[in-house]
Amino acid sequence: MEFSILTLCYLIGSVTFIIGLKMLSNPATARKGNLIAAVGMTVAILGTIFLYRDDETGEKLHNYIWIFAGLLIGGVIGTLAAKKVKMTAMPEMVSLFNGMGGACAALISIIEFNHYAASGFKNTIHEAYEVGEQIDDAVLSLGVQTGVLITIFAGLIIGSVSFAGSMIAWGKLNGKIKDFAFKGQHIVNQVILITILGLSVFLIYKIKTTVGSTDDAPDLPLNIGYISALFYGVLALSLIYGVFFVMPIGGADMPVVISLLNSFTGVAAACGGFLYDNKVMLTGGILVGAAGTLLTILMCKAMNRSLLNVLIGSFGGGGSAAGGGGTKEQGAYKEISLSDTAVIMTYAHKVIIVPGYGLAVAQAQHACHELEKLLESKGVDVKYAIHPVAGRMPGHMNVLLAEADVSYDKLQEMEQANEEFATTDVVLVLGANDVVNPAAKTDPASPIYGMPILDVELAKNVIVNKRSMKPGYAGIENDLFFQPKTSMLFGDAKKVLQDLIAEIKNL
Amino acid sequence: MEAVLKWLSDNQQIIYIVILMIFVGIEVIGRVPSVLHTPLMSGANAIHGVVIIGAIIVMGKADAGNYVALVLGFLAVVLGTLNVVGGFVVTDRMLEMFKSKKK
Repeated sequence: MEFSILTLCYLIGSVTFIIGLKMLSNPATARKGNLIAAVGMTVAILGTIFLYRDDETGEKLHNYIWIFAGLLIGGVIGTLAAKKVKMTAMPEMVSLFNGMGGACAALISIIEFNHYAASGFKNTIHEAYEVGEQIDDAVLSLGVQTGVLITIFAGLIIGSVSFAGSMIAWGKLNGKIKDFAFKGQHIVNQVILITILGLSVFLIYKIKTTVGSTDDAPDLPLNIGYISALFYGVLALSLIYGVFFVMPIGGADMPVVISLLNSFTGVAAACGGFLYDNKVMLTGGILVGAAGTLLTILMCKAMNRSLLNVLIGSFGGGGSAAGGGGTKEQGAYKEISLSDTAVIMTYAHKVIIVPGYGLAVAQAQHACHELEKLLESKGVDVKYAIHPVAGRMPGHMNVLLAEADVSYDKLQEMEQANEEFATTDVVLVLGANDVVNPAAKTDPASPIYGMPILDVELAKNVIVNKRSMKPGYAGIENDLFFQPKTSMLFGDAKKVLQDLIAEIKNL
Repeated sequence: MEAVLKWLSDNQQIIYIVILMIFVGIEVIGRVPSVLHTPLMSGANAIHGVVIIGAIIVMGKADAGNYVALVLGFLAVVLGTLNVVGGFVVTDRMLEMFKSKKK
């Protein structure tokens, strides 16, 4: 009875995950969807703790103190970290949590492996036979199933790649780790991957042939120490692969990578579902694996690049090469003073603000909203043009501006905005670069060629705020800055905006 | 060949779940606007935290004397909980902002 209630709990969990994900993809229901999935998760977790029975022995779980201590510590740290993190640091937080999930999946595989290794890779099955009046207890000793071994290895490899990769992605996003690539790194990566797979296949084969799949087969002695050493070798190589996999990929592509690693962790969680024949882990894991993969592809599409292209990291590598080769005379750019900017903006009819990564770094979203209100009070029509991949993650800008209470209908998506630029007096580009680079349309040699951009050069005036003339993530020069219509306003986005607000008030 | 067929029939329930879930996963988020990419990723991130259930099972089955399993299992529970709780709270924080400004 109790066990069937657990089945019901898992059913509820699985259904809420699907509904939750569905609702999360619609702005009106997103928050509710998140809550529903969280409730389902709670039901599934509590059900597991109190109702789980071992399939064979029918035993309850023990070590409750450890379990609750773990839940408490993880829960408190998780809540605090999630509550305290700044809105701009959200993407690295997601990456960090994703890594935790991957590590969890890898640890499960390690424990299960040790468990099987301790019993010499055999399952002992007790079966009761009825012989006449008597009941005999036959003890069968079977070699561990290949499926179980494969799942353990898959969980270990995927989980640890996801963990190591997420940690690197996290480090890159908060600037602790710089891009790093060496010649022939892709080949090294391939070699590591093939070694990981080869070792795993070898180990599974070794265990299977020595232990024997039927109880008739003679048991050969199995050197557990040797097998374990190789197992940890696979673990170490997987961690290294995770690091090397993410290392060469440029910061601008991190969202795509995090999304991909996210779906990896989903698959790793599903491996746990196989292992314990646990339906909620299986559905949840596969669901995220599939949805995560699709989301990754959607993100790539928004940048008009293929996933393969991102993974090979040609953005960073090819970009710097093109930048190096294309040091043609760019001409001079012109600078504009704060007071001129203030005048131009105040007497404009329509202003469009293009926020980018620089705004996020400078935490300038509140100052930006203040400027918008001030200009509106002077009768200027102010809107925001949001490029799909502006900021550190798709949708990142929307989240940031939402934090500063910018109204929803002021945010325009790329297509809408592009129609409006022609009738716009001033475009203020705040820390955005590649998403407004006309080379994406005009220069087939450019690494970002083909990426849809915001056509800011259609506006009458373009004011670009940047910290310096340094190229953006893609490492390429931006012709926009050298056009006659464009004026540069150097400085930290937040400071510039505050000064600008003060100037406008003084007018 | 026989082994593969046997494996298929032994695990058919699981195989059906996997195939159907792949399609559900793709279908369910197929039309997400790019505004919601980040929260959706974060929400999906929290959902794969379901791996915590595996950690709890592992922990609960470990022998009281097996300290390696206990410590690793404990670590797995902590990390899994971080993933679940942190994931849902972060997602909620992101979405909260979307809501407050829509009014």
